[in-house]
Amino acid sequence: MTIKGKAYIAGIFEHPTRHAPDKSTAQLHAEVAKGAIEDAGLSKDDVDGYFCAGDAPGGAWPMVDYLGLNTKKLRHVDSTETGGCSYIIHLGHAAEAIAAGKCSIALITLAGKPRTGAMPPRAAGAEADFEMAYGATTHNAYGMCAMRHMHDYGTTSEQLAWIKVAASHHAQYNPHAMLKDVVTVEDVLNSPMISDPLHRMDCCVVSDGGGALIVTTPEIAKSLKKPLVRLIGHGEAMKGPRGGKDLDLTYSAGIWSGPRAFEEAGITPKDIKYASIYDSFTITVLMQLEDLGFCKKGEGGKFVADGNLISGVGKLPFNTDGGGLCSNHPVNRGGMTKILEAVRQLRGEAHPKVQVQNCDLAIAHGTGGLLGVRHAASTAILERV
Amino acid sequence: MSETKKYPAPATNPETAAFWDAAKQGKFMIKRCTACGEAHYFPRAICPFCYSDKTVWEESSGEATIYTYSLMRKSPTGPYAIGYVTLKEGPSLQTNFVDCDLEKLKIGQKVKVVFKPTDGAPLPFFTPA
Repeated sequence: MTIKGKAYIAGIFEHPTRHAPDKSTAQLHAEVAKGAIEDAGLSKDDVDGYFCAGDAPGGAWPMVDYLGLNTKKLRHVDSTETGGCSYIIHLGHAAEAIAAGKCSIALITLAGKPRTGAMPPRAAGAEADFEMAYGATTHNAYGMCAMRHMHDYGTTSEQLAWIKVAASHHAQYNPHAMLKDVVTVEDVLNSPMISDPLHRMDCCVVSDGGGALIVTTPEIAKSLKKPLVRLIGHGEAMKGPRGGKDLDLTYSAGIWSGPRAFEEAGITPKDIKYASIYDSFTITVLMQLEDLGFCKKGEGGKFVADGNLISGVGKLPFNTDGGGLCSNHPVNRGGMTKILEAVRQLRGEAHPKVQVQNCDLAIAHGTGGLLGVRHAASTAILERV
Repeated sequence: MSETKKYPAPATNPETAAFWDAAKQGKFMIKRCTACGEAHYFPRAICPFCYSDKTVWEESSGEATIYTYSLMRKSPTGPYAIGYVTLKEGPSLQTNFVDCDLEKLKIGQKVKVVFKPTDGAPLPFFTPA
């Protein structure tokens, strides 16, 4: 049993907003749902599967009601919550449900406004009493990974900076990007230290916004008007300190989700023309590139340097929308936008200045939670048919 | 790290109460599985490695080395250093480093446990040995 080729992404929408003081979170969900449904050329009443994560106010059943989905038709829901990579996991789960005949038109939404409202707290895990007081934040949790990666492999701040430089080269062409200025390695190194060894420019933006996907059967996708993009491989995995045995913060759960996805797709990292890689921080990208097999463990620094991730310049164009480092990071969750730009690349709808020629195979990969503490990872391999 | 920094009191629960009771006596406890012999942290009733329920409390030496750290410079409560230490007994755990020059922390540095008060049981931290 495989999901290879069993599900197509027929509709996509990215909310143009990065700052939404005048909108509600539920409203943003509705706006992105409407956008993706219209992009596919479908009606909301066609949707028979709905997927959402922790950012959806109240969870699945209040959202299904608020969105006015057709409850006589809706027959599959999934509210898997794995932080920022939830939506990449949803994509795989939607393909599984479609392959099993449990639904035929699945809607996945993400939206929220961390810039203009308080974020709901996450429920405490069993570790709370033993960790909460130590103040793990995204910044210092990823800082701890970067510090150890530098110690073990000699990775440098200059190498990490190249990831931000590449993202900024792409963001200059995205009219919606929060940060459109092209920056240099020196700019990154001269930005204030936030949590050692990560500088301000090693960190992603905080933005309001959202995005949505329509995932459907091959037959329905072929009856619609959009270029055909299908899921051919998917993986998911989780990692944590596991009782404190053999702690190693230099790799992520992508080391397991990646090979699962590549094996299902029957391709290797060398076949990938475009990569959407979750970029909560520069170190996130570097570690994931290693974990996914784009280079050997420890050689990520060398791999990302000298513009290797810049479209039209390097060997592996990444995050051509500017990514979380420059464009947006809706609800502090980067998984959805990673899929959206991968689909745009495969459709040939990316900005002409960053569009990868003959882009037929792309990867969208993300993590959720804290790389330095506990996290999930998910990998999707997409193909233009 | 300021001595006056306020830390949250652990909520505690039946599975971990013995840890916090020992902490009040200044003892830093870990759990060891008598079936597979592995020590783990934070403490669980069921061994996370072999799923045996034959786990027992053991007082740790409190001696450890720094696995990694990050000095958080932008915080409303002032800079603080989070990190992981690896105990002499084996398990690694998350902590903060206290009572030292946070700019001089190093991976591999020897540290030892020190307790800081809360409104409930005290919390374990680490400081250079």
